[in-house]
Amino acid sequence: MKDTLANTEKKTAYILTLPAVILVFAIILFPIFANVWISFKEVELKDIRIPEPRAKKIVKSISEDPSKIKILYKLRNSSLLQDIREVSFQDKFPKNFKIEKLDQRCEFEKYTLKCKFGNWPAKYRENFQVVFETSDGSKINKKNLKSTKPKLDGTSDNILLNINFTLKNFKKVLFDNEFLDLLLTTFYYTFFGTVGSIIFGILTAQMVNQKFYGRTFMRSVLLFPYVAPVVALAYTWELLLDPNSGTLNSLLINYQVIETPINLLGQKYIEINFLGIDFKLRLALTTVIMFEIWRYFPLAFLFILARLQAIPKELYEAADVDGASPFQKFFNITLPQITAVISILFMIRFIWNFNKFEDVFLLTGGASGTRTLPINVYQQGFAISDIGMGSAVSIVIVVLLLLFMFFYFKLLGKRVDEN
Amino acid sequence: MKTKNSVLFCLISSFFLIFIISIWKILATLQGLNIQNFNLQIIFIFGLLISFANLRIGKKIKIFYKSIIFSLIFVVCDGYIIQKLPLWYNIGIFLILYFFVNKINKYSFENLKEEHSTQVIFFDFLTLFGILFFSFVILFPFYMMLITSFKTQIALLVNPLDFSINFGQDFKDLFKSYFVIFKSYKFGTYILTSTIVSVGTVIITLIFAIPAAYAIARLNFFGKTFMSTSILIIYMFPAIVLVIPLYTIFSQLGLRNSIEGLLIVYTATTLPVAIYMLQGYFKSIPKELEEAAILDKLSWFGIITKIIIPLSIPAISSVALYVFMIAWNEFLFSLMFLDNPNSFTLSRAIQYLSGDAETPRQYLMAGSVIVTLPVLFIFVYFEKYLVSGLTAGSVKG
Repeated sequence: MKDTLANTEKKTAYILTLPAVILVFAIILFPIFANVWISFKEVELKDIRIPEPRAKKIVKSISEDPSKIKILYKLRNSSLLQDIREVSFQDKFPKNFKIEKLDQRCEFEKYTLKCKFGNWPAKYRENFQVVFETSDGSKINKKNLKSTKPKLDGTSDNILLNINFTLKNFKKVLFDNEFLDLLLTTFYYTFFGTVGSIIFGILTAQMVNQKFYGRTFMRSVLLFPYVAPVVALAYTWELLLDPNSGTLNSLLINYQVIETPINLLGQKYIEINFLGIDFKLRLALTTVIMFEIWRYFPLAFLFILARLQAIPKELYEAADVDGASPFQKFFNITLPQITAVISILFMIRFIWNFNKFEDVFLLTGGASGTRTLPINVYQQGFAISDIGMGSAVSIVIVVLLLLFMFFYFKLLGKRVDEN
Repeated sequence: MKTKNSVLFCLISSFFLIFIISIWKILATLQGLNIQNFNLQIIFIFGLLISFANLRIGKKIKIFYKSIIFSLIFVVCDGYIIQKLPLWYNIGIFLILYFFVNKINKYSFENLKEEHSTQVIFFDFLTLFGILFFSFVILFPFYMMLITSFKTQIALLVNPLDFSINFGQDFKDLFKSYFVIFKSYKFGTYILTSTIVSVGTVIITLIFAIPAAYAIARLNFFGKTFMSTSILIIYMFPAIVLVIPLYTIFSQLGLRNSIEGLLIVYTATTLPVAIYMLQGYFKSIPKELEEAAILDKLSWFGIITKIIIPLSIPAISSVALYVFMIAWNEFLFSLMFLDNPNSFTLSRAIQYLSGDAETPRQYLMAGSVIVTLPVLFIFVYFEKYLVSGLTAGSVKG
């Protein structure tokens, strides 16, 4: 009895979870494997459309004889690259129709015209014409004829399903001169974005953790950049930073801070003289990182604030009794209490920033030295329309992510052991 | 110690004063006032004088009179004599000074003598500074978005710093950008598409997620722990690596440019979050209720619909709000899958609009306001539910 109960429980559980599991598998896990498959293929955007046989039906009445009608089918292969094999054709006609001359590829049976056109090479075109007359000599309704559509069928190779593989994509991705630069840009973007958002998160959380008037309002305001749609925010920033009539440049010129406008999103490098040393700052990348920090520090803020509010008050009271200064309290009580949260945040944000596509895409489109790996996926796959290359870059991303996770957990595991 | 602390206090408070007045000056400049100079030195000297005078006077004069006197002196010297600016600007300066004097009032020579008072002062002003700084930095872009949508192209070209709105003008002129994007850019359809996609995603996600979350929270079955850990790992997985395979598959199946395609993808990407949040809540519902239901021979469908769902309305609604916000804000998949303007979502439509360099920026900003408002409204209105959910590690970004 108990056994059957456990069995029904199992069964129910599988029934309940199955729909979700199937959907997630089909849309998330399967594509990751499909990526591996595609990345070893030479596929371009134009190849992925399956070639189709197509026919356009044109009905022409013959002026001297209303009981006769001419029908022209403009046949073609939709693909410019691949051929279609064993094309079959079928079209239905009213019952009183008689065919005048039958093409040898076709037969007319049960008021249906059936044809076998054989193989069509790429770019194939043919004008196929048949003439009908009504057996009882009645007038022909053209509209009726137009409304029935011919059915075409044929087999063709799906380029994604054949088994020709190549290592070309990976060679191109990994041994490209730009690969190192790409990796470095992605790393800068990810690392500084993550660290910046965590620092701002600590500052704001510390701030909101104090009592002041309008604190709850402040808490929701701080989350605005995180919940608002990225499209709206990116275009607003673009408008603020625009070199021609953007608000920031206009303000700076108005206050005579700068003389000529700075193209913050379109200039790759800016020369800075700091303490007598000249160095080049990657300007557009810095701006994009700023946007990222601005948009994502609220997550860090929220996590850290939740942790701060859980720190027992007694710790601070004891510190007050000992005469600790605010700095000492922060470094000796607060910071140790939030390190765990910070390390989790670091991982989450690192992974998400590493894969961030929309922000950079909307702000710069990957121009002026802001091309990160995710942007490269898009550019290879859709701008250069090399799907195989795009997939290969995706695979590089996945591998790097897995490596990062592996080392992160190893390091974290060690630290937990030491404690 | 006392002198050092007093000097430090005066310096810090003067810098703070410079900061608030600078923000006010920037905002005033954006209202079309011709301010070319911050006059930092004057503000600094005044700040020092006021802070020092405040320490000297202490509690001899009532705080109310003290603040009014200081503020008036500052306003008269700075606003009228030196810069000759309009009244509303000076009222602002007056209020800032009033606030400032009230803030520094609590410091006196006595409490400056206390231990760690430098650090206390530093932290106090840092908090104040932080509140103002972050409010400004965060709200400024939103403010500009809203204001720009009410301006005209010509006005912005004539003076790119004049963002003042003439409320006296005709209602139709004021909201012209909005009328235009609804009339000539079909934003009505886009709003409808976005709403259908977002609400649809919410409904389908909940239908899939509630049973699955219930099973993970309550039932014992082989692969349960594997499933609950893989939820989190899948949740971490990036959308960008799914894009190319999904694009090719959807192209071949004819699902691109269709609402169905978007619904499938959005549902799949939000499911892990939804299941994770719901199963956490379901675990907190007392088991006894279900045991009673099993004795009453209720099927699992009955248990879920009659016990679990009514008891977890708050959790379900917070998940629903989240999924709605994720689907509404989503951009990557709508960029990839939609290229026919008839099936655009709002985000995609705005991106499409910006692709045309001729599009006046106020239209772009009006579109941005339209796409942002519902989300911010939901967020502010339901903040309580949402914040607790956010810390559960939910919204992906």
